[in-house]
Amino acid sequence: MRGLRTLLAAAALAFALPAYAVEPDEILDDPVLEQRARDISAGLRCLVCRNESIDESNADLARDMRLLVRERLVEGDSDTEVLTFITDRYGEYVLLRPTTDGINVILWIAAPVLFLIALGSALVYLRRRDTAPEPTGEGLSAEEQKRLQELLRD
Amino acid sequence: MIVELGHYALIVAFAVALAQAIIPLIGAHKGWRDWMVIANPMATTQFLLIAFSYSALTYAFIVSDFSVELVVNNSHTLKPLIYKITGVWGNHEGSLLLWVLTLTLFGACAAWFGGNLPASLQARVLAVQSAITAAFIAFTIFTSNPFTRLASPPFDGTDLNPLLQDPGLAFHPPFLYLGYVGLSMSFSFALAALIEGRVDAAWGRWVRPWTLAAWVFLTIGIATGSWWAYYELGWGGFWFWDPVENASLMPWLFAAALLHSAIVVEKRETLKSWTILLAILGFGFSLMGTFIVRSGLLTSVHAFAMDPERGVFILMILAAFMGGALTLFAFRAPVLEAKGVFSTVSRESALVINNVLLAVSSFVIFIGTMWPLFAEMLFDRVLSVGPPFFNMAFTPFMVALAMVLPIGAMLPWKRGNLSRTMRPLWGLAVFSVAMGAVTWALQTGNSPLVPIGLALAVWVVLGSCADLWSRTGRGDVTGRLRRLTRLPRADWGKATAHAGLGISVFAVASLMGWETEDIRVVQIGESYDKGAYTLTLDSVDRVQGPNYTSTMATISAERDGRHVTTLYPEKRFYPIAGMPTTQAAIDYGIWRDLYITLGDPQDNGGWAVRTYIKPFANWLWFGSALMALGGLLSLSDRRYRVAAGAAKQPRGAVPAE
Repeated sequence: MRGLRTLLAAAALAFALPAYAVEPDEILDDPVLEQRARDISAGLRCLVCRNESIDESNADLARDMRLLVRERLVEGDSDTEVLTFITDRYGEYVLLRPTTDGINVILWIAAPVLFLIALGSALVYLRRRDTAPEPTGEGLSAEEQKRLQELLRD
Repeated sequence: MIVELGHYALIVAFAVALAQAIIPLIGAHKGWRDWMVIANPMATTQFLLIAFSYSALTYAFIVSDFSVELVVNNSHTLKPLIYKITGVWGNHEGSLLLWVLTLTLFGACAAWFGGNLPASLQARVLAVQSAITAAFIAFTIFTSNPFTRLASPPFDGTDLNPLLQDPGLAFHPPFLYLGYVGLSMSFSFALAALIEGRVDAAWGRWVRPWTLAAWVFLTIGIATGSWWAYYELGWGGFWFWDPVENASLMPWLFAAALLHSAIVVEKRETLKSWTILLAILGFGFSLMGTFIVRSGLLTSVHAFAMDPERGVFILMILAAFMGGALTLFAFRAPVLEAKGVFSTVSRESALVINNVLLAVSSFVIFIGTMWPLFAEMLFDRVLSVGPPFFNMAFTPFMVALAMVLPIGAMLPWKRGNLSRTMRPLWGLAVFSVAMGAVTWALQTGNSPLVPIGLALAVWVVLGSCADLWSRTGRGDVTGRLRRLTRLPRADWGKATAHAGLGISVFAVASLMGWETEDIRVVQIGESYDKGAYTLTLDSVDRVQGPNYTSTMATISAERDGRHVTTLYPEKRFYPIAGMPTTQAAIDYGIWRDLYITLGDPQDNGGWAVRTYIKPFANWLWFGSALMALGGLLSLSDRRYRVAAGAAKQPRGAVPAE
């Protein structure tokens, strides 16, 4: 139980602090570069937090990573180069936007493929309904039919 | 003593639940009436027992009985009374008891208000419901007993997580639970219908109010949670695509799909097996949500109970109920033949498209949420799936949904004519696109996000109005206005909920596309400009709260030289729990929220201050409230009070569609 509470406190701590995420002294003078830094940071996971980007997190590690991103940008790296630099050091886990290589292809095509399958099945079903013979209404007994009418009235 | 009685009541309720899960089923099978009707008093008994048990736990919290382990771990004598009461569900064990309480409440409601159900159906519904209750009581008693005593009680407790000591979060879980558990009712109806082997229009009518109620509760629960995140977490985010949030969004989408497809069952007696499947999956995803929260399988900010043993137990419940239900479905679904014939262009088809979009979008969220787990277990890749993925994968479905909504809502049943339905809508469509285009031209920046969101919102809201107006028939305007007031509440509910969706879409787009931010160091007495406002940091003071200390800034906001408001952003520290929190100061407005948080003191004596202008933020909560209100209006429709409706025929009413 104590371990649980510590975990809880740790979780809450990581969660409670993000209000002071990007510190004033981190901000770059060039607004274009700063905006790029913000956009990149929003897509990188804070490794010691729970489901937060480094842009939102107050953890020291997140601050280090934010500074690292800005450093690379000032050096003249492109966005992709920065991401590669960070991923090489911290692993794929930091990318909040998963890559599209290997097995991840399934993740990315899941939405359109599922949609097409569902739409296809729906269309087949609708076509069948369109051409199905009109029912005779024999499914219900006279008494049930009467009760149904009662229920459906108004 | 009272705590022991509560514990005892819980155990007795378990026995009653087991009996109620078995006896009525046998009765319904054999046609023994007394074995069937026994389910009614049993459901009431169960509810009373659990209500007593829950009250006993609440009592222990209120009097700060520190011989109960749960109270020690989650309460403190100095905690305000309201948080002693809400603290009962601010932890794993207590929230589970609340979950069981809502389960029995719904079961009791089915017993109290289900008098017009066929006896065998009612007996089976209550039996299935009771089986779920029994499983969850067992879970409570065997893995997470809230009544565990301590041999040597401490003098004081260790306090509730300060983040949970907040009105928004205090009422977020109960609504969410009412929603999750409300879906258990739809599930019970679906299973009872499968056992009976028949689904007809009347079944559709019975199951709809339960689903509608569950959906309304889920809507309120999700919206309050989102609002809490907005003002409490300090940077005004309202949705994080956190596994636990996804766990509540998935059942919400399924419930929305279910309540639409149940309309088709009710009106047209088709889509039966699909509706049953939706009811099963809807509750399945609720259980999945519980599993995700309780097991700590997916790391999440919400997980306050991370315990593999509990996770395994929930997984077993999930497997047993889903496995059993889906097996039954596979055997029985072919029996449920469809009756209604309809053309490809019809309300039925539009609702099928609605279901396709809602169900698939929900599955996409499911895949995204579980993907890190799959990837790690099967392919040994440790990766993350975050907001960028969900925004990209989920948004198109909502855009498509908003696009087809006004058309589908106005298509006639059975056989429609697209060009006739579109006749009153073309003007609105052109107007919406024009509004979007004007917005795009006027805004700074090139993001198409807000223009598209605005166009969709205008389209959906005006479409809802057009739908209502078309229901008033023909004739002069005064006659139509008079008939407008007499439309069935369900029509008003439908239009209100749809308009609420439109407004929420716009608010989300504007928050994502138009929000601006300012981070700076401010000296005391210094002023700075943000948007149209001039803000001055007047002072920073230490303030003592009931169970926390606070650093509170006073910031006055001026616009065009006139004082607008004074804001007090805080940083709090809760010494007992040893936790800091932030309290953003928000000036709520119709067109924008002014949102300020206080950061750390700087070396040069200044303070870090973050200022945000969040355009149309309130519209998100307003839109959600409209959706919930629409559901309530629909729920209050005369048609669901079947017996009352049959008794008095209204005069000159517009026929319900």
